[in-house]
Amino acid sequence: MTLQVVTANDLSTGLVVYLAADDGWTERLAESRVAATETESAALLERAKAPEVRWSVIDPYLIDVAEEDGQLKPVRYRERIRALGPSIRLDLGKQAQKEL
Amino acid sequence: MYRYDEFDAQLVEERVEQFRGQVARRLSGELSEDEFKPLRLMNGLYLQLHAYMLRVAIPYGTFSSKQMRRMADIARGYDKGYGHFTTRQNIQYNWPALEDVPDILADLAEVEMHAIQTSGNCIRNTTADQYAGAAADEIEDPRIYCEIIRQWSTLHPEFSFLPRKFKIAVTGAARDRAAVKVHDIGLFIRRNDAGEVGFEVIVGGGQGRTPMIGKTIREFLPKADLLSYLEAVLRVYNEYGRRDNMYKARIKILVHEIGAEEFGRRVEEEWAFIRDGALDLPAEEIERIEAYFAPPPYEDLSGQGSSPWVETVRLMEPEFDRWMRVNVAAHKRPGYAIVNLSLKPVGGVPGDISADQMDAVADLADEYSFGEIRATHEQNLVFAHVRQSDLPDLWRKLDGLGLATSNIGLVSDIIACPGLDYCSLANARSIPIAQRISERFAELERQHDIGELRLKISGCINACGHHHIGHIGILGVDRKGVENYQISLGGSADENAEVGKIVGPAFDADGVVDAVETIVNTYLGLRDEGEIFIDTYRRVGAEPFKEALYATA
Repeated sequence: MTLQVVTANDLSTGLVVYLAADDGWTERLAESRVAATETESAALLERAKAPEVRWSVIDPYLIDVAEEDGQLKPVRYRERIRALGPSIRLDLGKQAQKEL
Repeated sequence: MYRYDEFDAQLVEERVEQFRGQVARRLSGELSEDEFKPLRLMNGLYLQLHAYMLRVAIPYGTFSSKQMRRMADIARGYDKGYGHFTTRQNIQYNWPALEDVPDILADLAEVEMHAIQTSGNCIRNTTADQYAGAAADEIEDPRIYCEIIRQWSTLHPEFSFLPRKFKIAVTGAARDRAAVKVHDIGLFIRRNDAGEVGFEVIVGGGQGRTPMIGKTIREFLPKADLLSYLEAVLRVYNEYGRRDNMYKARIKILVHEIGAEEFGRRVEEEWAFIRDGALDLPAEEIERIEAYFAPPPYEDLSGQGSSPWVETVRLMEPEFDRWMRVNVAAHKRPGYAIVNLSLKPVGGVPGDISADQMDAVADLADEYSFGEIRATHEQNLVFAHVRQSDLPDLWRKLDGLGLATSNIGLVSDIIACPGLDYCSLANARSIPIAQRISERFAELERQHDIGELRLKISGCINACGHHHIGHIGILGVDRKGVENYQISLGGSADENAEVGKIVGPAFDADGVVDAVETIVNTYLGLRDEGEIFIDTYRRVGAEPFKEALYATA
């Protein structure tokens, strides 16, 4: 199965976040909690939607990711753009911070 | 320009405080996202791919230098130093934090601006010809009626929950620069045989997944009846428009399904109940609003002819001459001109403007155009009242700011929606395609030789980038996880509006740029003397273009 993580937008800033191992939300995909099986994915999403986890974000959902050169990368280009920032403004978004 | 009265000011201030409370309740968890979403949308606040996006209304695209400076302050203080002018003459900020939005709205309210009704199933910002009040071919200034419509439609209780969003555009000129035929209601200011001024009423135009050209349901509507008639149109739509399927909920579908004649009959029937009543527009009220749009204090420059200084600079500076040919338009007042500021530099992002550019534009508006600025639906800016003798100085200053690209109406003056670089609805990116086409045709002399060519790009079928009505339209689609681009030809947004037709199979991101060049070269080989692209296309049809694009495939 494809690896999956849960993503959402932060309620306060609107920025793209990922569910981290400690049930918190991180702006860094590298720090996200990865599901490797369908059961793990379902559990991950359920955890993300638990009121005590979900309250600080909007619309959590699962995305496919793959490991490339030791780094997690979203599979779909829509999610790649979310993970990086606008492709036409490399000075904006997470790509500007150099640490993804 | 219109100035808020005490009712406008109170309404906007109260709305800011109401939203401040709603945001606080959302951040504290008292409101869920399902409860909050319709409230934020009613205040122009969307959630996009990377962040929230705030859409600020610019009624009929007219604003002051003071307002522009405030827009710059907001871009600098709350956003990332830039704003984006949209195809509905509004401005968008792409990165505001939710907790800052009430303060942004309060700052906007101080300069008589807001974000009310820039989203939601309500009557949106009424748009107008960007040359309003200045155009040489104008019957009357459409902004007077846009303002009357704004006042009528703002928080209109009956029309706050329509089947879908509703867009109105008005033009007072023979040449349609406001794309009125692709709006839910389009109004042409007309003069009847008796010499009276009124409106031709067009309904059911629109783009999106089912593009339609609007149909005339009334050839001439007296001014006094404007609001009662619009109310009748909205009532018929509100009653009969579909609410079971959002893709079939726009008025264009209703008009198409029952026919323009039947739709018009129902409107007339409804109108019979409400005309000659409270919504009648007395001449004094029209005059009261008209006074806000009185001409600026022009100098009397009649009898001076064209400025010898300007003619000399045109001879000396080919770049200035080129700019004069396409970025400057005729003004109704002798000695004055309309100046277009291009927000489409080579390789730039269509419609984007930095906070520093905003401040500089505000200063130039004060110096050269009575402190007034227009936003165009083609994502450029306009100084509507510039003395002709000032044109060389203004050109030099705009050039220094990167705002004097002489490409208005040419192939690189591309309308592009934000696409997948920002928009959560998009399937493909639009802006990089616009940038690459603009770079491909960077040589201005070549663009001028090609002549008028309207190229428009949307990143999804919602068509915010107006691809249906581009001479060349490009629609981004997702084909099995790859961005592809479908080309249509023959669309037009003007008084002879037409929906373009898909020319053939889609191209990938590299191929679409080559394809545009092939289309342009084919046209150049076929055009007759004096023709622009759309003339040639209409004369020869799609076949030669299809052949050039696909014959060797």
